[in-house]
Amino acid sequence: MKDFDFIVVGGGLVGCSIAYGLARQKHRVAVLDGGDRSFRASRGNFGLVWVQGKGANFAPYARWTGQAANLWPHFAEQLTAESGIEIDYQRSGGMHFCLQEQEWDERVSEMELIRQHTDGMFEYEMLGHDQVKALIPQISSNVLGASYSTQDGHVNPLYLLQALQQGMDCHQVRYFPNQVIDKIEARQDGFHAHATEGVVSAGKIVLCAGLGNRGLGDMLGMDIPLVVDRGQIMITERLQPFLNLPTLHVRQTAEGTVQIGYSHEDVGLDDGTSPSVLKKIARRAVTMFPFLQRVRLVRAWGALRIMTPDNNPIYQQSAECPGAFTVTCHSGVTLSAMHAGPVAEWIAGRAEHNQINHFSTDRFNVSQN
Amino acid sequence: MFRRIEQTGSDSVTVRIDNREFQVPAGISVAAAVLLCGFRKVRNTPVTDSPRLPYCMMGICFDCLMCIDGVPNQQACQVEVRDNMAIDYQRGAAELLQQE
Amino acid sequence: MKSHYQVLVIGGGPAGLATASAAARQGLDVALVDEQQAPGGQIYRNVATSKDWAIKYLGKDYLRGKQLVVEFRQSGADYLNNASVWYLDERLEAGLLMDGCSRFITADRLVLACGAQERPMPLPGWQLPGVMTAGAGQVLLKASGIVPDGRLVLAGSGPLLLLLAWQYLQAGVKIEALVDTTPGWRLVEALPSLPRALPAIDYLFKGLKFMRAIRNAGIPVYRKVDNLRAEGSDSLESVCFNLPAGKAGNGSEIRIEADTLMLHQGVISNLRLPLAAGCKVEWNGRQQNWQVSKDKWGQSSVKEVMVVGDCAGIVGAVAAELQGRLCALQLGHEIGGLDSGRRDAAAQRIDRSLKRHLSIRPFVDKLYAPAPAFQLPDDETLVCRCEEVKAGQIRQAARMGCVGPNQVKAFTRCGMGPCQGCLCGSTVSALIADEIDSPLETVGYFRVRPPFKPITLGELADS
Repeated sequence: MKDFDFIVVGGGLVGCSIAYGLARQKHRVAVLDGGDRSFRASRGNFGLVWVQGKGANFAPYARWTGQAANLWPHFAEQLTAESGIEIDYQRSGGMHFCLQEQEWDERVSEMELIRQHTDGMFEYEMLGHDQVKALIPQISSNVLGASYSTQDGHVNPLYLLQALQQGMDCHQVRYFPNQVIDKIEARQDGFHAHATEGVVSAGKIVLCAGLGNRGLGDMLGMDIPLVVDRGQIMITERLQPFLNLPTLHVRQTAEGTVQIGYSHEDVGLDDGTSPSVLKKIARRAVTMFPFLQRVRLVRAWGALRIMTPDNNPIYQQSAECPGAFTVTCHSGVTLSAMHAGPVAEWIAGRAEHNQINHFSTDRFNVSQN
Repeated sequence: MFRRIEQTGSDSVTVRIDNREFQVPAGISVAAAVLLCGFRKVRNTPVTDSPRLPYCMMGICFDCLMCIDGVPNQQACQVEVRDNMAIDYQRGAAELLQQE
Repeated sequence: MKSHYQVLVIGGGPAGLATASAAARQGLDVALVDEQQAPGGQIYRNVATSKDWAIKYLGKDYLRGKQLVVEFRQSGADYLNNASVWYLDERLEAGLLMDGCSRFITADRLVLACGAQERPMPLPGWQLPGVMTAGAGQVLLKASGIVPDGRLVLAGSGPLLLLLAWQYLQAGVKIEALVDTTPGWRLVEALPSLPRALPAIDYLFKGLKFMRAIRNAGIPVYRKVDNLRAEGSDSLESVCFNLPAGKAGNGSEIRIEADTLMLHQGVISNLRLPLAAGCKVEWNGRQQNWQVSKDKWGQSSVKEVMVVGDCAGIVGAVAAELQGRLCALQLGHEIGGLDSGRRDAAAQRIDRSLKRHLSIRPFVDKLYAPAPAFQLPDDETLVCRCEEVKAGQIRQAARMGCVGPNQVKAFTRCGMGPCQGCLCGSTVSALIADEIDSPLETVGYFRVRPPFKPITLGELADS
């Protein structure tokens, strides 16, 4: 019998952030992770710490994202210091290019809505072509302008995951890779996960298994609605630096490679690629940066975003099995700072967090009734 | 370091490697030409700046990346020499090419 | 250009050429995609245009390729040369890049004949200029008539190394030393398979002929060596190794000054396209190789995909060709109206010949299995040449809980560079398996993703 204070199911960005946050509060934590070929949104991530455009349809999410971005500088500093791993975080500001008038107009109203939702905490500017060109000389004349927020930034998502795992290790988290969970029992004395490793037990359990959360939630009386959304990304050979801030579609990594996205497809559990979508992504990128035409592609991949019916996160404690929690969301990079901080405190029962109530699954039940 | 087995019987082309002119047999790859002309590196890596020469000669290893006629990061073993070709070291990450 | 064929063969080596020729002669509508300019693959590279002098150096086995190319030219199959397959997925539309243009071709049956690549041989200093593969030496010889001039050392194990030494001797190339890394106990392991190899005794005689020629030329041969490394500051200066412990060498260190070191330790199947197509693969312990699973006709686990030649297990050039002929018979049966009786009758003779050529494999595979030192290099040895990741970093990631190569890649960047893991994949899997004490079959291999050959964003955007 292995006894812990917390079991975190899932070793991606969400699970590792929460486990790291819990362990920093001196709790004994076990992380049960999947294997090498599991669907892993964390490995297909674009690496944006992104505020602009989030929460236009849901004010609490706009505020939540804004807080996450504000926590990030301190979070990054602390994580790097503890793990010794450089995660290439930069709060450089970020841009979303608009190619057409209509896109521009939609962008303006969306950004304004978010500003209102956050009582002005979210700040942005709309930049015309010349203003964009002054910041990014390589930009093509096809770009009409951009929305720009100094609150955006980017990070290497793979180094972030590695740093979180190293941080977990520093705080004595037990990490079990390659686990398949057959059954979770909720008893008086706590939760007992029957995993490949054997039975792992703890007082509380947190489900952070992405697409796996639906099946695991069933075991703990939670109905977790999930929507699968495939995104395709590609990456180029290394180039000399040309882009010192991220944009929603194109970002240059610290290594010099250029990451290009992005797409949304409803294709079920297929994390492959398709030539037609790759072509569309490439076309948009060369429209924005014509010099990219002669740049070679190194790799393209698909990854499955974990979406909810309204695209906003779910933070929920099971009514049937108190002590069982779920965290189900996309944007695991941006929210990492929240998950390691306020969310871990809420799960540990150390803090009431009024905001979190907005993200319970009750919101779906209400709309159905 | 390398030589041709038979010195006669094939056409040659003129190429510029690192700004020096060389006569090389027509039809061979840029990587073969660079080896034949006695060069001991084709590039410096973008990670540690270390020198490299062609390794596999069959398009797999990407160690023979060179700047050919101004286009960076070309696999020299997959490109045939042409008359008046300009062949240069690839120094680290690729330079940006403006579209004409 | 047509966008659909009955049969699309990918790869212009012996397996692909034989399949395409035989299928086209049965009246099937066939195209062969070849990334090279002329048919032949790596083994028969440039064979159709090779000069008489080249044949003299390359030996008469090389000439067999000429006949294959003639047959192919007369067969009526379309030849799509200078064409690389940059995209393929389970929908089986092959994305071809030709003259900077991408186009997609579909087929009733896809035949993957993508051959093999040399097994990576990571050792200290293998990234130094002047160190290259034996295969590279062969390409230089066949395609350009270029040979090393200066102090040359050949090192490693396997038939190709001996063949290259023999070819260099024919061409008057001076060889400073042949450094054989085959551990002594490999011969002991291989000997019981020798009687089974007798039907293919010609292969053994050929090997002996090469060895005799090397001895007669007075080339120093160092056997069972250990701790092989390449040394030099900006480029190769010397090759160092230790002689085996025991009576003769007593473990002493040898250092040979050299300008060029050519390495070889066998070949491994080229799996990127079969994996992209969704074909099941299996681990072949004897060959230390992942290979595509198939039946005798080359049928893979995917109904529309056949696999022939070295990508479905290392068989060598002649057996690859015979597998291609069997595959063509099955294609004729499945989509060309050839009844099973005639198919089987025609297959009988090919089968017998194939069996004979394959009988050498157990002996050769066991004798030339890679030495453990090059599967599990020291911590300081570079494993990933592109991203310059060392073995120690991979071991550390495994200790942190990475149980497979894809997680290791995410943590170390190993395999993320332009070669996409072709030069590190086999080593990474072996290192993880050893570090976490798990079978290689469980550890697995890198997931393949497009593009399979370089394509620019402009080419993709205009596709």
